[in-house]
Amino acid sequence: MQTPIKTITILAWRNLWRNYRRTFIMLAAITVGAWAMIFMTALMRGMVDEMIKDGIRSLPGHVQIHHPLYRDDPSITNSLSAPSKQLLTALKQDDVIAWSTRVRVPAVISSERDSRGIILVGIDPVAERSITNTADNISEGRFLTDKLDNGLVIGAALAKRLDTQPGKRVVVMSQDPDNEIADRGFRIVGLYQATIEAMEENTIYAARDTVQKLLKMGDQISEVVILGKDYRDVSTLTENIKSAAANDTEVLPWQELDTYLGTMLKVMDGFVFVWIVVIFLALSFGLANTLIMAVFERVREIGLMQALGMRPSGILYQFMLEAFFLLTIGLGIGNIAAVASIKPLESGIDLSVVAEGMAMMGAGSTLYPALYISDIILANIIVIILGLLTSLVPAWRASRYDPVEAITKT
Amino acid sequence: MTAISCKALCRTFQQGEVKITGLDQVTIDIDDGEFVCLSGPSGSGKTTLLNAMGGLDTPDSGQITVNSQRIDHLSKGEMADMRLHKIGFVFQAYNLIPVLTAQENIEFVMQVQGVPATKRHIKSLEVLKEVGLEGAADRLPSQLSGGQQQRVAVARAIVSKPTLILADEPTANLDTKTASQLMDLFVELNRHHKITFVISTHDQRIMTYARRLIKMQDGKIISDEKLSSAIQ
Ligand SMILES: Nc1ncnc2c1ncn2[C@@H]1O[C@H](COP(=O)(O)OP(=O)(O)O)[C@@H](O)[C@H]1O
Ligand SMILES: [Mg+2]
Repeated sequence: MQTPIKTITILAWRNLWRNYRRTFIMLAAITVGAWAMIFMTALMRGMVDEMIKDGIRSLPGHVQIHHPLYRDDPSITNSLSAPSKQLLTALKQDDVIAWSTRVRVPAVISSERDSRGIILVGIDPVAERSITNTADNISEGRFLTDKLDNGLVIGAALAKRLDTQPGKRVVVMSQDPDNEIADRGFRIVGLYQATIEAMEENTIYAARDTVQKLLKMGDQISEVVILGKDYRDVSTLTENIKSAAANDTEVLPWQELDTYLGTMLKVMDGFVFVWIVVIFLALSFGLANTLIMAVFERVREIGLMQALGMRPSGILYQFMLEAFFLLTIGLGIGNIAAVASIKPLESGIDLSVVAEGMAMMGAGSTLYPALYISDIILANIIVIILGLLTSLVPAWRASRYDPVEAITKT
Repeated sequence: MTAISCKALCRTFQQGEVKITGLDQVTIDIDDGEFVCLSGPSGSGKTTLLNAMGGLDTPDSGQITVNSQRIDHLSKGEMADMRLHKIGFVFQAYNLIPVLTAQENIEFVMQVQGVPATKRHIKSLEVLKEVGLEGAADRLPSQLSGGQQQRVAVARAIVSKPTLILADEPTANLDTKTASQLMDLFVELNRHHKITFVISTHDQRIMTYARRLIKMQDGKIISDEKLSSAIQ
């Protein structure tokens, strides 16, 4: 006969509190472990989230449409027509937060001191404001105002290199569709700062129509950039846009446009997993020890229960259930502690002390912990599954005792 | 009817190089309602025989039939079920599960058997009364005296009306007075409920309760006699 689950539950629960000191120590360990898993993961997530969001805000958006050859050769010849009616309808849907069109071509910028190869981006300043954050990071002067603005906004780092400043004129030179040199003088109207220094040095902004005129490209554009709701889930958006966009275009999500950022997210997922498992391994020794001690202390009653007719499986389940109680109580308290300690920090942790190093990694000086339900679930599932696997060995041993030997054990 | 029948049981233990004889060609039949004392010096094979009869240990050879069911080649699980339904055990000590109250200890066997809760409660209170512990239902084993613990064990052994009760030196850890009270209880249960008892002991005074006295030595039965002078 299989022992009824109720009998096993009562035995497991009471046995758990028999050596309450040992139980409390183990519970404390599981609680601290669960807390560390979730709390630290939220900090790491927050850091990476900030980097990715920042990365996305600094140019790519969530989804982009290009000429199929544009990414290999981002020249003016590989450009697109302005969005069709069908695409415009798709861009009006709920899953699109904002969108804009850009001209983006390689060019050369020259001050009277120096010249450098850069990327010239022609933007619609109004639409661009809801997609990228360059307008918010103007350190000197102003950002572009409208599509016809004649000014030029360059990175502060580039200005230093070129030894120029707002108010001064520079020459921007590129190629028109007939491979003829197209150049034009611009007045620098503003400087921007970016978290990624390379970006500050090689990207300059002008109004889209001004650039189109300069390059004699009519209303052709280099890319359509689209911002969705959640950067972690862009596959549906990508599909929707793909089906609305012209056939001879390439529609890609940000992970593929910026493989560095995309990889960072994947690496982070792996890192969270490893972190949880490592903490669990530290816990598992305590857990195994607790159960082995419990089995040793109860050899006689294990024998007794078997003599009375409880099958070995009844003994096994009893110890497994005891471990399960231990794990779930510890996890429960740990989860509450983690959430309770993260919530007050969600308004941001000031890291200005160590901000220099963080900025180099592309993160801001304020850390916003990011608590994901999926991470909490992952931590709990890992602890429960691995915890039960760890308990299986002592529990199995307990069920294998020979009743005669167990009873006569002194 | 025969409660248990053992035929030519042999059991040897290997201790390093040495072979120790536990049972040597033991044959006995015990009828329903008998009150048997198994006596003999320490090491004579009493425990080994009781363990074999109760399905806790499997003899090397021979046959055991409990209630006309052969038990000597059952699997581990089947053996557990056999013990659960047909045998009541009373050991020398540590008879009770420490985390369960007296009543819960009595209900334990019924619980494993799958007896419904209400029936369990009624029966467990009934047997508690029978063994004279009606007030101790909610006490944990640690809150009971040695004699009381043995009584709870007896109550648990009889509660589901097994074919026979095997008690291995049940009085060995008790003082004389408590021991004779426990023996009185055994005799009474045997008389009123026709419960079959096999009680091992090496205490002369306990043997005086026996109506059938089996003497063992070196794993063999050396005498088996019916007594009419037993304390009744
Ligand atoms: N598990 C065992 N291993 C080795 N020898 C054993 C074992 N169990 C019993 N014996 C031996 O078998 C013999 C009978 O033991 P036992 O049945 O316990 O005697 P009793 O209960 O009459 O004192 C003794 O010599 C004892 O040492
Ligand atoms: Mg013995």
